[in-house]
Amino acid sequence: MSQAAIPAGAKWWSGGKSPYNVEYGKLMMWFFLMSDAFTFGAFLISYGTIRFSSNSWPNPNEVFRTFPGWKGEMPVPLAFVSLMTFILIMSSVTMVLAVANGHAGKRLEVAKWLGWTILGGIAFLSCQAWEWTHLHGEGAWWGRNPFMNIDGTQSSTNFTNFFFTITGFHGFHVFSGVIVNIIMLILVLRGTFDRRGHYLMIEKAGLYWHFVDLVWVFVFTCFYLL
Amino acid sequence: MTELHSTVEIPGHSEPSFSTKIIWKTFWILLVITVVELGLAIFYYEFPTVVPKHFLNGVFLIGTLAKAFFIIAEFMHLRHEIRNLILSLAIPACLFIWFVIAFLWDGSSYRNLRNDYDRHHVEQSHTKVQPAKKPGEPD
Repeated sequence: MSQAAIPAGAKWWSGGKSPYNVEYGKLMMWFFLMSDAFTFGAFLISYGTIRFSSNSWPNPNEVFRTFPGWKGEMPVPLAFVSLMTFILIMSSVTMVLAVANGHAGKRLEVAKWLGWTILGGIAFLSCQAWEWTHLHGEGAWWGRNPFMNIDGTQSSTNFTNFFFTITGFHGFHVFSGVIVNIIMLILVLRGTFDRRGHYLMIEKAGLYWHFVDLVWVFVFTCFYLL
Repeated sequence: MTELHSTVEIPGHSEPSFSTKIIWKTFWILLVITVVELGLAIFYYEFPTVVPKHFLNGVFLIGTLAKAFFIIAEFMHLRHEIRNLILSLAIPACLFIWFVIAFLWDGSSYRNLRNDYDRHHVEQSHTKVQPAKKPGEPD
């Protein structure tokens, strides 16, 4: 069950067992996430390359300073994106709690925490939909950039192109994660994993969900802080 | 339920045990780092002359990497897997070091080349413009 079960000096590569000590599907999820990390890495690094090749760039504190229901601009910038970050971190926590309860075989607890995770994912997607709508209303879209550079010069459309492409790609991952989690919730409620005897599937879905949170940490830094 | 759980053996697989205490501790660490980063970003916005942006960017990057470490190590539970798995993921991930340095270097080299040889580009980056009108805004 736990790490204590592994004898010291075990020969992992002598054949007959997984040298990684994890189930096949979980290992493949790790390798998929690795390749997905390089996809996101390629996006974010190309964004960095373009930013390094530009003499000036729009100021995120000026661009992202609205909040739903607040008339005009907020007194502090980045409030809304902080809320989005908080929602995503929180949903990551509820996902680990679902995985942990899966280990203990507590079906209803798993269902409860998965439900919260799904709600968090939907809340995040709604926030992103609001932000995209708002920016689109400001005149920003692929190929259109209404914002000036921080030094008051004309900005190219690189800023909006990268912003919508990368947050869109990330949002698509969140969307897929929500769908996966909904399927997991249905399987949990139908008792599929109890019959199978283990909740490993929840763990794999959990890995994917945490990865989505991990990518957001980098997107948040690259677009809103730097 | 627990009886059912313990009777099923998955070949070649160890089930890690989770501690709720560590999960919440990780959550607080992530939250505090994020709040500090935001605080610094807002502080820089209000008082742009007190600390140089390059210094803040360094702080932001360290904070981001720390958050990534805690998510991978605790939430994705990698810290509690065996070393074979950790290294099989960590070693390929080192490619990112080259990836980031090489491409950012390329970007800054392109900037220098354009500033040296592209007069239109230099002119553009010295011409101030008026803020764009929002759609539907009166003239």
